[in-house]
Amino acid sequence: MRIADKGLVDRTQRVTFTFDGQPVHGYAGDTVASALLASDVKLVARSFKYHRPRGVMGAGSEEANALITVGSGAQQDPNIRATQQEIFAGLETRSQNRWPTLDVDLLAANDFAAPFLGAGFYYKTFMWPKAFWEKIYEPVIRRAAGLGALSRQHNPDSYEKAFAFCDLLVIGAGPSGLMAALTAARAGAEVILADEDSIMGGRLNGDAGDVGGMGGADWAAKAVDELEAMPNVRLMTRTTVTGAYDQGTFGAIERVSHHLANAGGRPKECFWRIVAKRSVLCAGAIERPIAFENNDRPGIMMASAVRTYVNRYGVAPGKAVTVFTNNDSGHQTARELIAAGVHVAMVIDSRRDAPDSGDYPMVKGAEVCNAGGRKALESVTYRTMIGEEKVATDCLAVSGGWNPSVHLTCHMNGRPVWREDIQSFVPTDGMIPGMTTAGACQGSFSTHAALREGAAAAGAALEALGMDAGAIEVPAAEDAPYNVTPLWAVGGKGRAWLDFQNDVTVKDVKQAAKENFRSVEHMKRYTTQGMSPDQGKNSNVGALAVLADATGRGIPETGTTTFRPPFVPVSIAALGAGAQGDGFAPQRFTTSHKASVDAGAPMIEAGLWYRPSYYPAAGETTWRQSCDREVTMVREAVGVCDVSTLGKIDIQGADAAEFLDFVYCNMFSTLKVGRVRYGLMLREDGTVMDDGTTARWGESHFVMTTTTAAAGPVMRHLEYVHQCLRPELDVAMISTTEQWAQFAVAGPKSRELLNTLVDEDIDNDSFPFMGCGEITVQGIKGRLFRISFSGEHAYEIAVPARYGESLYRMMVAKAATMGGGAYGMEALNVLRIEKGFITHAEIHGRTTAFDVGMGRMVSAKKDCVGKTMSERPGLHGDEREQLVGLKPVGPVKQLTAGAHLFDVGAEPTRENELGYTTSVGFSPTMQSFLGFGFLRNGRARHGDEVMMVDHLRGVTTRCEVCDPVFFDPEGGRVRG
Amino acid sequence: MRFSGLKVLAEGLSGNKGWTAHWRDAQPKPEYDMVIIGGGGHGLSTAYYLAKNHGMTDIAVLEKGYLGGGNVGRNTTIVRANYFLQGNSEFYSHSLKLWEGLEEDLNYNVMHSQRGLINLFHSDGQRDAFARRGNMMINQGDDAVLLDREGVRKHLPYLDFDQTRFPIYGGLYHPRGGTARHDAVAWGYARGASDRGVDLVQNCEVTGIDIEGGVVKGVQTSRGPIRAKKVGIITAGRSGLVAAMAGRRLPIESHVLQAFVTEGLKPVIDHVISFGMGHFYISQSDKGGLVFGGDLDFYASYAQRGNLPMKEHVMEAGMTLMPMIGKAKVLRSWGGSMDMTPDGSPIIDKMEGIEGLFIDCGWNYGGFKAVPASGWSMAHLMATDQHHDVAAKFRLDRFRTGVGIMDEEGTGSQHNLH
Amino acid sequence: MRLTCPNCGERDRREFYYVGDAVALQRPDADASDVVWDDYVHNRDNPAGVTRDLWYHEGGCGAWIVVTRNTVTHEVLGCELASKVKEASA
Repeated sequence: MRIADKGLVDRTQRVTFTFDGQPVHGYAGDTVASALLASDVKLVARSFKYHRPRGVMGAGSEEANALITVGSGAQQDPNIRATQQEIFAGLETRSQNRWPTLDVDLLAANDFAAPFLGAGFYYKTFMWPKAFWEKIYEPVIRRAAGLGALSRQHNPDSYEKAFAFCDLLVIGAGPSGLMAALTAARAGAEVILADEDSIMGGRLNGDAGDVGGMGGADWAAKAVDELEAMPNVRLMTRTTVTGAYDQGTFGAIERVSHHLANAGGRPKECFWRIVAKRSVLCAGAIERPIAFENNDRPGIMMASAVRTYVNRYGVAPGKAVTVFTNNDSGHQTARELIAAGVHVAMVIDSRRDAPDSGDYPMVKGAEVCNAGGRKALESVTYRTMIGEEKVATDCLAVSGGWNPSVHLTCHMNGRPVWREDIQSFVPTDGMIPGMTTAGACQGSFSTHAALREGAAAAGAALEALGMDAGAIEVPAAEDAPYNVTPLWAVGGKGRAWLDFQNDVTVKDVKQAAKENFRSVEHMKRYTTQGMSPDQGKNSNVGALAVLADATGRGIPETGTTTFRPPFVPVSIAALGAGAQGDGFAPQRFTTSHKASVDAGAPMIEAGLWYRPSYYPAAGETTWRQSCDREVTMVREAVGVCDVSTLGKIDIQGADAAEFLDFVYCNMFSTLKVGRVRYGLMLREDGTVMDDGTTARWGESHFVMTTTTAAAGPVMRHLEYVHQCLRPELDVAMISTTEQWAQFAVAGPKSRELLNTLVDEDIDNDSFPFMGCGEITVQGIKGRLFRISFSGEHAYEIAVPARYGESLYRMMVAKAATMGGGAYGMEALNVLRIEKGFITHAEIHGRTTAFDVGMGRMVSAKKDCVGKTMSERPGLHGDEREQLVGLKPVGPVKQLTAGAHLFDVGAEPTRENELGYTTSVGFSPTMQSFLGFGFLRNGRARHGDEVMMVDHLRGVTTRCEVCDPVFFDPEGGRVRG
Repeated sequence: MRFSGLKVLAEGLSGNKGWTAHWRDAQPKPEYDMVIIGGGGHGLSTAYYLAKNHGMTDIAVLEKGYLGGGNVGRNTTIVRANYFLQGNSEFYSHSLKLWEGLEEDLNYNVMHSQRGLINLFHSDGQRDAFARRGNMMINQGDDAVLLDREGVRKHLPYLDFDQTRFPIYGGLYHPRGGTARHDAVAWGYARGASDRGVDLVQNCEVTGIDIEGGVVKGVQTSRGPIRAKKVGIITAGRSGLVAAMAGRRLPIESHVLQAFVTEGLKPVIDHVISFGMGHFYISQSDKGGLVFGGDLDFYASYAQRGNLPMKEHVMEAGMTLMPMIGKAKVLRSWGGSMDMTPDGSPIIDKMEGIEGLFIDCGWNYGGFKAVPASGWSMAHLMATDQHHDVAAKFRLDRFRTGVGIMDEEGTGSQHNLH
Repeated sequence: MRLTCPNCGERDRREFYYVGDAVALQRPDADASDVVWDDYVHNRDNPAGVTRDLWYHEGGCGAWIVVTRNTVTHEVLGCELASKVKEASA
């Protein structure tokens, strides 16, 4: 019901939205909750476990009951707080967790089965028969549980992330936050002021009191105007600071366009990483409920929320409001209701010495002990010394006192302390480095205290920043004391709710204590109290007070559970913004990428790179046909392949050779200028890290290549070895992977092809096998290495990346005239298997130089990284699985990678397992499948037969064990 | 008290007045046959199997905080037996078999849910590596199915099969993999051990280990000295600190691993799923929350809390893999303290040179599923002084000798590479 | 989490790669015993409190940095270039 001429909503802008398909009218500035209350809609949700009817309980992000789904289709957004969702024309909202309708929810039958569904009942049953758990019990439980639903469709909305930096972050823009921001901003500090509400002011907008001689809301608006005009201030509304992290880093979620019918290209939400030199927490406090029988009826609300609906939204949440309080702030609600013309049926104050503070009927020393009206509150019953009385009422405003919002202060494991005088936990200094607290979040509940402390906190922060706050004038405001007498739960037989969302009652907590879940952490886990969407914001202190009582301990002794981030739930889409689709990792493209795509090559991912899989020729319908052709083409003519993805590291310095001797297990100081050598690099634990070729470009200049996968790790490793182990060496290194486009040119006609391109012809003398040197291609300086990963006469030619594409296209075109062409990863893989070359399929991090048959490469003449540890007894000998070649010799001709090896006739079990296969391919050259495997004592078993068993793919192949070099073992072709 | 549906009914009808403590809160005695330091999942299961399998009941479990307060109560609850290296394979296989009978054994519903685990792969190389894994699982007698892309789509139609950054090639399906209700595991073992006479002592911090002449004599605690013939250190996350009380350094660094849970949602994810190109694994709890996690924060830490970079990375992985979860809201994030060993595999061994001192540690980020077999094997070792067959390779000296290093990830048996 | 690179100033943690205990700087001689090497490569003090560990400013200048840091509070107490630390200990 609206109250005439009251509130901050814009009465000139009527807005219509829908709730469960029914149109609801409100005004611009309304939330779904305020508009529903204005329309006298009391029932808005169903509870988690018992499906109890629930109404709006609060007016902020801590709302425990009124969770709704917004939107439909792929945009369906579940578990939105109706108290935060601003309305706009066309907004579509729905209730949740009910079937078939909110009004008639069949699962409410759970409520009648409540005696059997108490705390932890599921740990004690559903065990028989065993097979029923996955098939029957669990599916039924899962369907009944949960609140809203995901759409099951890909997220269609845009989300963003951003960084921000400031001198001072002020968290919360109530009186203390505004005062802190004003103080710091006037002194010239870079200030960010963040508040989760759509308008700043906090309780100043919900309460009726004056500040500085004007209405509180007006003062807040004036402060915001001043801040807005200052260039050193960033105001962030609809922005909840969600977490405090190390070194002044904060997470914050901005709801950018949830309130807009048309986002105009803006994202739904933005997740901010705010780095602040100092921070002031002005998060306010959350009013707490009191547990009594049926205290979850729709119409039972927090007293401060009732004031907010009256003052800010001009909505009377009831026609006859009753107040139940144990502290003075309940009376403020009664006074403001009366001032707004709303009938106050009764104020029930649990304190016998409650002050007479207004013109309303009051009963002192009384407690509400029950509430009637299932889908909407009809009456409350209160108990006094002399008996019970019933009051007809449609709204009960409850105030059990205030809990300071200490959450963020606890994010670094700090524990708040109990203050007996205010019956609340408050933060202590230093819980978050650089953070001070002000106002209600540290237990100072009057408006003037908030203003005063906000200014003081900013002053202290400025001082720490080396700035001067100057004279601070704190405006006049109410400074009433907060008198509270603890009342957590009213005694009685029925169920009294503590955690509304998870349906945890006083009985549950007591039962948990009886069952020895006496630690607050055990109680929480056993009853699920505090694990609901509000994370215990409404229930934690009450529940632990009940637990303390049940276990005969005090509250401080009982302790609290830990508040952890985020302060409010944050969508995965916001935290993971940017990754959906292809954004999870960068994409790296070689200079020949387009040419390969033009040629129809499927591009496959190689780390962050994309490389061509194969180049389908006319008439080829399978990848195998293309691959076989490309292999044969390289063996018989010439092939071209982009190898730019391999890491290239330029290493220079007087001690470069000594440095390489230390990082490679073999010698590089003996390498002559103009020559290339294969190198094997170990980790310090003695396993192989990477391999590649390194060329000696000059006396003190080397050019290293790494595998594609290890380019980054090797660069990091080289810097580590230099800076951390051998800083005395005169050497420097830089990655040039991106700077050079490099292509393999392989096959008997490779030199012929190159000589059509290079300005000065090459021959066996100028570029012998494993030789390297400069060349020019049409005047462009390049590098040529005579190295081979195929076993053919081959080269790798490198030119500055900007010439890569044109060189590649030229070479492929030329090769085509010679019976050659481009080849892809599939052919490259077959070629290297034929020739016995390993990749990271073999040096997979568990294999040593000994295992891959390169044990003798570990030079005895020098120390190197990994040398000593590679000599450990367990890394040598017959028990090791050693690299072998495998050829099918039985009726089954297929090999698969990832199969296991067994002796012929042995059962294929773990106990009998002797090794496994790593790389396989069909060799058109040998007309057979060839494979690599690691076989126990394999080098001694060449000529033996073993069984390759691949259970998963249903392949069992009898294989001959052989040397891994299948093709041209003498190496005549590379030297050709 | 025996738990059953009938019991729940009977109690419900009589006002739930008859429920009693799930375990006894014991006062520490001055002397025990055995003391177990650490009342987490592994410590409690060790105590339980010492009592059940070996008939030993003069045992105290000393817990500095509350039972189950460590990693057993702060993990993503995944239970699987999909290892491929000798040593790990048989151990986790044994553990899964124990899980399958755990409810009956403990008379406690730990909600072990064999909903199936799918490890996705995104390249031919990954497929082959997963094939090796799956084949070893079958060698061991466990279950595994290699799914191609369409096979994955049948199970998980909501994944983004169109993204081309790391397309989904297929998955290794482990039908017996699943989840369990983590806290209940600790409580179930606690109840089982307590019922058999084991003393569970909470709020009892061990401050020293008494060793005389190379023989363990007992422990010093915040509640006084306790003598014991054998002492087991089972304090994951703080293993190094407790081992230091015996003058030992361990091949362990403590790291923080974060995990996340969303608000309750109606059933949407029916499996356990893991991404192959970034650490991300997810399942949905019976309460409806999406439970997921990722990689370590990657810095030594005892803080049990993490920072934003890894949180964001995990969410990013989720968004690229299954963008339907975008509108699920993260309710809570937390951190566990992980015992990271160089090779990523655990240690269940005698402490060489100190008679009567045993250690069970180094579970890296995979200790939850190991709880039953770890307790089973550690109990065997403590009771018989012999390694149990399924845990025979979890030796402390493997790093020195190089024998039996079990590096499942292949990142090298050095710290901080996993 | 933020670290102060001695070359670049205060930067976000995501620019850095972590490798662990700065004991790595004290590499034993090649012929030291297996116990010494086992200790160097594997065994760690792993303190709950102040530690010194190695970070690499991979997304920045490429410096390896010894960070003095508290593993319980995550407080950063100091950052030095590893090469300087190593040279000073040589």
